[in-house]
Amino acid sequence: MSVRVLVLRTAGTNCDYETAHAFELAGAQTERLHVRALLEGVRKLDEYHILALPGGFSYGDDLGAGTVLANQLGTRLQDPLARFVDSGRQVLGICNGFQVLVRLGLLPGMGDEKAVSLVENTSGLFEDRWVRLRVDTDRSAVLEQGDLIEMPVAHKEGRLVVSSPEVLEKLRDQGQIALRYVSLPNGESGDEASSSAEAQDPGYPANPNGSIESIAGLQNPAGNVLGMMPHPERHLRALHHPQWTRRRALGELSVSAEGGDWRQGDGFRIFARMVEKARS
Amino acid sequence: MNATIWQVEVYPLESALQDDPRGKSIEGEIRSLGWRQVPRVIVSDVYYLTGQNGSAAGSLEAGCLDDIARKLFSDPVIQKYRFTRISPDGNVVPVATPSSTIDDSPRGWAHRATVLKRPGVMDPVEASALHGLADLDIEGVSVRTAQRYYFYGNFQSEAVEGAGTRDVLAAKVLSNPVIEEVVWEDDASQEAKALPVFTLGGGADVEKVVVPLRNLEGEALLEISEKGQLSLNLEEMEAIRDHFASLGRDPTDIEIETLAQTWSEHCCHKTFTGNIDLRRVGADGSEIGRETIDNLLKETIRRATETIDAPWCLSVFHDNAGVIAFDEKYGITFKVETHNHPSAIEPYGGAGTGIGGVIRDTLGTGLGAKPIVNTDVFCFGPVDFPREDLPAGTLHPLRVLRGVVSGVRDYGNRMGIPTASGAVYFDDRYLGNPLVYAGSVGILPRDCIDKEVHAGDLIYALGGRTGRDGIHGATFSSVELTEESEEVSSGAVQIGNAITEKKVLDVLLEARDRRLFRCVTDCGAGGFSSAVGEMGEEVGARVELERVPLKYHGLSYTEIWISEAQERMVVAVPPEKAAELESLAASEEVDCTAIGEFTGSGRLELNFRGECVGDLDMKFLHDGIPRVPLQATVQEAQAGPGHFPEAAAPGETLKRLLGSPNIASKEWVIRQYDHEVQGQSVLKPLQGPGRDGPGDGVAFTPRYDSDRAIVIGCGMNPCYGDLDAYRMALSAIDEAMRNVVAAGGDPERTALLDNFSWGNTRRPEVLGQLVEAARGCHDAAVGLGTPFVSGKDSLNNEFRVGDRVISIPPTLLVSSLSIVDSAQTLTSMEFKRSGSVLVLVGETLPELGGSHFFRVCGGSGGEVPGVDVPRAREIFRSVHKAIRNGLVLSAHDPSEGGLAVAAAEMAFAGELGCEIELAKIPGPEADAETLLFSESNSRFLLEVDVDRVSELLALFEGLPAAVIGKTTQEASVRVLNAEGQEVLCEGLVELKEAWKSLSCFLSE
Repeated sequence: MSVRVLVLRTAGTNCDYETAHAFELAGAQTERLHVRALLEGVRKLDEYHILALPGGFSYGDDLGAGTVLANQLGTRLQDPLARFVDSGRQVLGICNGFQVLVRLGLLPGMGDEKAVSLVENTSGLFEDRWVRLRVDTDRSAVLEQGDLIEMPVAHKEGRLVVSSPEVLEKLRDQGQIALRYVSLPNGESGDEASSSAEAQDPGYPANPNGSIESIAGLQNPAGNVLGMMPHPERHLRALHHPQWTRRRALGELSVSAEGGDWRQGDGFRIFARMVEKARS
Repeated sequence: MNATIWQVEVYPLESALQDDPRGKSIEGEIRSLGWRQVPRVIVSDVYYLTGQNGSAAGSLEAGCLDDIARKLFSDPVIQKYRFTRISPDGNVVPVATPSSTIDDSPRGWAHRATVLKRPGVMDPVEASALHGLADLDIEGVSVRTAQRYYFYGNFQSEAVEGAGTRDVLAAKVLSNPVIEEVVWEDDASQEAKALPVFTLGGGADVEKVVVPLRNLEGEALLEISEKGQLSLNLEEMEAIRDHFASLGRDPTDIEIETLAQTWSEHCCHKTFTGNIDLRRVGADGSEIGRETIDNLLKETIRRATETIDAPWCLSVFHDNAGVIAFDEKYGITFKVETHNHPSAIEPYGGAGTGIGGVIRDTLGTGLGAKPIVNTDVFCFGPVDFPREDLPAGTLHPLRVLRGVVSGVRDYGNRMGIPTASGAVYFDDRYLGNPLVYAGSVGILPRDCIDKEVHAGDLIYALGGRTGRDGIHGATFSSVELTEESEEVSSGAVQIGNAITEKKVLDVLLEARDRRLFRCVTDCGAGGFSSAVGEMGEEVGARVELERVPLKYHGLSYTEIWISEAQERMVVAVPPEKAAELESLAASEEVDCTAIGEFTGSGRLELNFRGECVGDLDMKFLHDGIPRVPLQATVQEAQAGPGHFPEAAAPGETLKRLLGSPNIASKEWVIRQYDHEVQGQSVLKPLQGPGRDGPGDGVAFTPRYDSDRAIVIGCGMNPCYGDLDAYRMALSAIDEAMRNVVAAGGDPERTALLDNFSWGNTRRPEVLGQLVEAARGCHDAAVGLGTPFVSGKDSLNNEFRVGDRVISIPPTLLVSSLSIVDSAQTLTSMEFKRSGSVLVLVGETLPELGGSHFFRVCGGSGGEVPGVDVPRAREIFRSVHKAIRNGLVLSAHDPSEGGLAVAAAEMAFAGELGCEIELAKIPGPEADAETLLFSESNSRFLLEVDVDRVSELLALFEGLPAAVIGKTTQEASVRVLNAEGQEVLCEGLVELKEAWKSLSCFLSE
């Protein structure tokens, strides 16, 4: 069966090509589609197995990250979206896409639009940097608990805040904390490595935005809607990693064949497993 | 005012205040003013809504406003909001709604400031808000926005010389008076009375204006030029007068404006292509030679490219960017522009529109290239310049830097283009005239390089609407700045909207692939006047100016024609493709309007509401500019050792050099740019395990289906230009080459770009430096086999305060772009392993003139580093071969600060130490300072596996190269002299700390 992925784009979306490329590498059929095609009924959501909301600055993010697109999807496509999610099909939101999912209420999906928000980084700055993540949830079909994943973040509004301690507790209890920021390995970034205590905050810059409990990604209680601030589509090949020349020098990486390192990036695994799951 | 205005104010919840980056950032800026007591600050956003023409006001009721505020304007997890109704008579009434109460706004404050955009200034938030409102079925509404600042604690007692504390706060922290106004209030019991202007336009003269000048001479002609901000000189005004006299009529205003735009220095580079009378004078001032240069550009830069005649140069100098071959199917485009004057006045908007403009150059190259990388190089005054010594009319360098970086960040990041390569340079002389170079690299199919206009093609305007922004940008950029520039030229400042340009990009590339147009160019300096004038040069064009979509009513036909409003492209569309283009644009919500046609008449015909307001002969427009002879003087360069400073111990000097702003880490800047979007980055600007080492070049793989990569670098040494402009040019090229070669780029497949930012070239000695630098460019390019594919010059970069003129140093930026067959052969700059061998390639000579060592330690004069061009080419080839063959673990080029700085950077970036023996450094014997800090060109420091040293050295037979040391486990950089004594030993932690001082300063 061929897996069809809709990479939804609109004015200001800018990670649509590489996100589509990631799903294609994973063996899916992808379509980059402007949201107007859905609004006007030219295409329908239920033609696809996976919906991806890529990164960017939808409509400029001038009213807050993801606000205008979330408002548009929430008012114009509420029912088809709800049907898509309820049918168990997968939704992936990356960076701006994650912000849209949160603003829409599809994440954390508790039926309370005031539960969590992604707000301005504690540093007050847009920052591009590589981070290390640990999979926290044991209730995901695409993420393996305990896995360590490296990829970059690039955002200004990625600090996860919750409206109450109860929300946080619920997120933990329902296995919704998909990814947390953890310290980089020793010798990288200069921080002390620590991956033991569950909720230990590695501090800035390992936690690049000041998210509560170092949360980098969330999933809904059913586990089929996943959102994250870091960009898995920017770590599809070994050469995307900032340390690849070092790893080569230390004999940890051998790249010889043309393009032989594609699919060796940590981020690729997420796309591969999503496609695999959609196929099964 | 004739309608009710609703005001929605959104501010942080109590619980969100302790972690409020916006308030904290303002507090930080106030602290940097040096105030003793910093008030606590709360920031709110204000949205003003009204029904257009009063008609739709009814649809805005409290209930639906609640919905709007909740869904669009506020984030309920961290914010709350409140409403106020302002009735047509100015009465301000708070209104409670189901979800908001009246008396819930910040209390207990001492001062409140509301910052509103001035009328006509682009506000991107408005477009987003209207989009969101439409999704809620609310149409026919106008939206304005403002920021409101609540200050807790009285700051009136702060002593500020010559101005009130509020004015200082308003002008230095809260707003830029050029585009914003500030309304202050300090009565907490009153509602805020600040109000935006909703109605714009009107007042413009729509009657045809004739400018009688046939009988004028001299001063009277110049007065017309000056009053109209035309920047036309007397000879040009006379040529215009004579042309129209021969036609038996006077020109209209739009005709003179069109000529002024087309003939501006910015658009036609009349100095660089002018006729130059060059005198060479000796040290005693006596003439020792004289020659005439007919066209400097042709005789130097372009001649080099012609001589090299590289088969991989696909399009050079005639399009908006140069194009070189990437592979059989694709070409790579590259262009760098300057946007200096606008950035001096409004750093954020100036830099943003600078990057926006050069991205449009990429879109306007061939049938449109896809932008894949941005580059940025800035020159500022010192960030610690004393505020009290700041010349009138200048912004503080720290403010300029922050504004420029934010402008580039917000535009580039929103466009989804990685900003990855660049440099920041500081010098006192950039104080009043900062430099902002913005570059754009693109990729396009090779069958999309050629374009042409056919008679009968329709002229379409694509993208942004036209307003009064950016009037006279082209002519403004061609004159010197003065302390009044801020006032008289504020119309020249544009504010960009990156999302509009992103939409244009999406439509244009799709239209290109469907071949819906035959030719495209961007609206840059001179607006439609330049774009249509250029495209129609061969065939002629007719434009119906009233068809141009406007932001607001009331623009005169001339304003429509020359406005430099952003995000617009002009395309030539065959009539049979027009409908398809229009429907494609509509599907992406992009304005796309036919404004005329290309005619075949050879004339530029301009109509407004049926009346002919301009009719120019294309030949006169493009070839009628008189060539005025220019005077240049070249002073023979003074050689000699110069004044050698009494320096401290080498270790101290090294730390001072690392901490000096030109060498110090620019991580604070680099991190704010998304340098990885598009997923093609394979060599980052920050390298090493700490992810903070200064990479030489950055690399990208522009195609997913190929491992071919582009490597980008740059070189610039304004310090050398003061002493020897010729050698400065050689050095800039050498450095740009070293950047790409050290990263693994192929020196035989490298293209260069030249960007000259110069002082006033009407001064013969300044023009002389330009001639010398251009000749340096020619000689180095030809010798290295590296063609120039595009370039630009920005002259008259000086600032006048009273009688004092501050001219920038001659500043030549050379950008380099290299193609390599496989990304897998690239390397980075940080030490990889302890126990490796360090090989220094190239000779270290006593060339300390213009060096950072002299600059930091107080030396002067001296010999500027030269380049042995044929040998440099051999070195570049051999280093490339060594890297490609996998013999090099890390490579870095000694540049600013010399060998010592390069070794220190490699060491702390790799978290490994090193030991270097001075006696082994190739070159003549010299003192430790010279060996450590000389900036001699064509050198590389390579880390090599001990087992492969002989294999590597074999590649450098006949060239200066030697083993000079090794990497160590010790966390220090150690240098030994010939006697084995320790000359320098510094810990990596201390070295890195010194090097990070600037970024620490900036992040405070």
